[in-house]
Amino acid sequence: MATTIQTQLKLRPSGDRRADQRGDGAPANKMTARGVAVFYGAKQALKGIDLDIPENRVLALIGPSGCGKSTFLRCLNRMNDTIDGCRVEGRIALDGEDVYGKTIDAVQLRARVGMVFQKPNPFPKSIYDNIAYGPRIHGLASGRDELDEVVQTSLKRAGLWAEVKDRLREPGTSLSGGQQQRLCIARAIAVSPEVILMDEPCSALDPIATAHIEELIDELRANYTIVIVTHNMQQAARVSQRTAFFHLGEMVECDDTEDIFTNPRDERTQGYITGRYG
Amino acid sequence: MTDLVEHEARPAPPPAPPASLKSRHRSEAFARRLRARHAAERRFRLAGAAAVGLAALMLVLLLGSIVSKGYSAFWEARIRLEVTLDPAEVADRNYNALLRRALYAQFPQVTDRAGKRTLNDLLSSGAPYELEAMVVKDPAIVGTTRTLWVRADDEIDQLLKGHYRRDLPEAERGLSDAKVAAADALLASAALAQGFNTTLFTAGDSREPEQAGVGGAIVGSLLTLLVTMALSVPVGVAAAVYLEEFAPKTRWTDLIEVNINNLAAVPSIIFGLLGLAVFLGFFGMPRSAPLVGGLVMALMTLPVIIIASRVALKAVPPSIREAALGIGASPLQTVLHHVLPLAMPGILTGTIIGMARALGETAPLLMIGMVAFIVDVPHGLTDSATVLPVQIYMWADSPERAFTERTSAAILILLGFLILMNGLAVILRKMFERRW
Repeated sequence: MATTIQTQLKLRPSGDRRADQRGDGAPANKMTARGVAVFYGAKQALKGIDLDIPENRVLALIGPSGCGKSTFLRCLNRMNDTIDGCRVEGRIALDGEDVYGKTIDAVQLRARVGMVFQKPNPFPKSIYDNIAYGPRIHGLASGRDELDEVVQTSLKRAGLWAEVKDRLREPGTSLSGGQQQRLCIARAIAVSPEVILMDEPCSALDPIATAHIEELIDELRANYTIVIVTHNMQQAARVSQRTAFFHLGEMVECDDTEDIFTNPRDERTQGYITGRYG
Repeated sequence: MTDLVEHEARPAPPPAPPASLKSRHRSEAFARRLRARHAAERRFRLAGAAAVGLAALMLVLLLGSIVSKGYSAFWEARIRLEVTLDPAEVADRNYNALLRRALYAQFPQVTDRAGKRTLNDLLSSGAPYELEAMVVKDPAIVGTTRTLWVRADDEIDQLLKGHYRRDLPEAERGLSDAKVAAADALLASAALAQGFNTTLFTAGDSREPEQAGVGGAIVGSLLTLLVTMALSVPVGVAAAVYLEEFAPKTRWTDLIEVNINNLAAVPSIIFGLLGLAVFLGFFGMPRSAPLVGGLVMALMTLPVIIIASRVALKAVPPSIREAALGIGASPLQTVLHHVLPLAMPGILTGTIIGMARALGETAPLLMIGMVAFIVDVPHGLTDSATVLPVQIYMWADSPERAFTERTSAAILILLGFLILMNGLAVILRKMFERRW
């Protein structure tokens, strides 16, 4: 049962996994969700989700299609605001501050909680302008040199610098799919967010590009809190430290990734990770 | 492990199709149906090609008819005269006498009054003014003798273009034998020739065909379009952006949308009546003015621009909006920095199509007095003016033969402007087009 995934876990290259999870004690929670319910018109998509998002960790959200993972993810930076008829109840806090409260502006929140989407969506502008856009509108860089610096570090952190440093003026859309997705990650990083949300970032990519992104996510963990939605359980096992399993609008189980895949407490989780349904 | 939910049990695979069904692909009936399908496709393609051919034929007929009637208007007949600019006559501003004296010199045998009157009629009544303008521009020529090509009367012009039948008797021809003989004499001495007709482009309207031009109408059209564009583009694009990107989808916005679509289908003369009642009647704006014409056209073009802009905005993929919002751009920044630039080609196309429609529109302008006979080229938004299509409409009503060809020429000029605008639309679209 679930042998392939367990093999994956053992074969993971980074040996510091266990230390991450247990060695330094329980990390602080960057974001917390309490009783989050989401309605699209009359239809309820999420039914009272309680979930903690630990700082500088990767949290994977898994579950069958239509279970509400993406909906939950989009609540975290209020991207659901743009959908007509969408209503959010409950409390989501970022560093203890209610993101749906009066003190936080949605624009400010999205600068602090960045997002990478399923399909790479670079702006139809140059690679440079794709990265520089966020810092420009938020006033994060004063002057040309500082902006160049931000672009360079963002591209370096996204592991794209070496490939594009000679073609920064070319359109971002001229890159390959995997490169475009890394460009989007670099664009999110450039705004210096605290949390990065990733909605199935590899579903449109080939295995090599996927491996690239997964390595990148592992590196980014040191500086950012990451929440990733994925349909690929091997991916969840490879990149995340904690995993939450969603089913039919409920959060069934959330635990350390290794425990979820080796010793799930709920039979629905077990059924899903062993491929019985989903 | 316990079974999960009942409905998740795998259904039994459907039974394999019987072998008899598979063999049908090779049966005679199948082959017959296949032939029929191919034949139907050939018929459809043929019908399509025929439709395109018919449309092209109509276009060629239309253009051919206009061009064949109108091309000659771009040439005008001129008479060569050796004019001695006698200072005394110039001081009296008696330029007519100077021209006539020069003309009589070419016909020494004509001495009677009737013959001289015939000769007088060879020259355009506008010729003295032409000469006066020349003297005012360069007073140094006074006292000298100059070889001038002076504009001929429209009857001579038409005779030269073969629009009078020489084989008809004088009474049926509409042009006296004496004039034909005089023109032939001038032709024989190479003193009558055709040159490019600049008057057509520079002059305003006139009762004399050889002095009439579309210059006034072109300026009037440009001024009117300027007002239309300055009003309808910003208002239309702003309305489209608000409705598409910001307005909540409620019953009110639905109602507004329906009304905008209805407005686009309202006959243009209704807008003219509205302009007459509101702009002229209520606000007391000047009649025949490009300002009012532009306002009326702006009202007429607005729905077209709003609809085209909304379609262009809708076509921008939502992923771009998400990308911008996701890194913390405000909704307005998202629209101004990303959505609007991407929608620009579509908006421009819609705008230019709206403008082209306004350029060719006549009906609403009839209501606000832009159908007047206006000789002067307008210099401002409140000057009396007419526009190209109205000028065409008025010339088409004129009885002189020379106006027939000028009507066609004016249509050609209008078509030229329309082609220019559509070409501009294509160029702008190419310039702003980006792939995503």
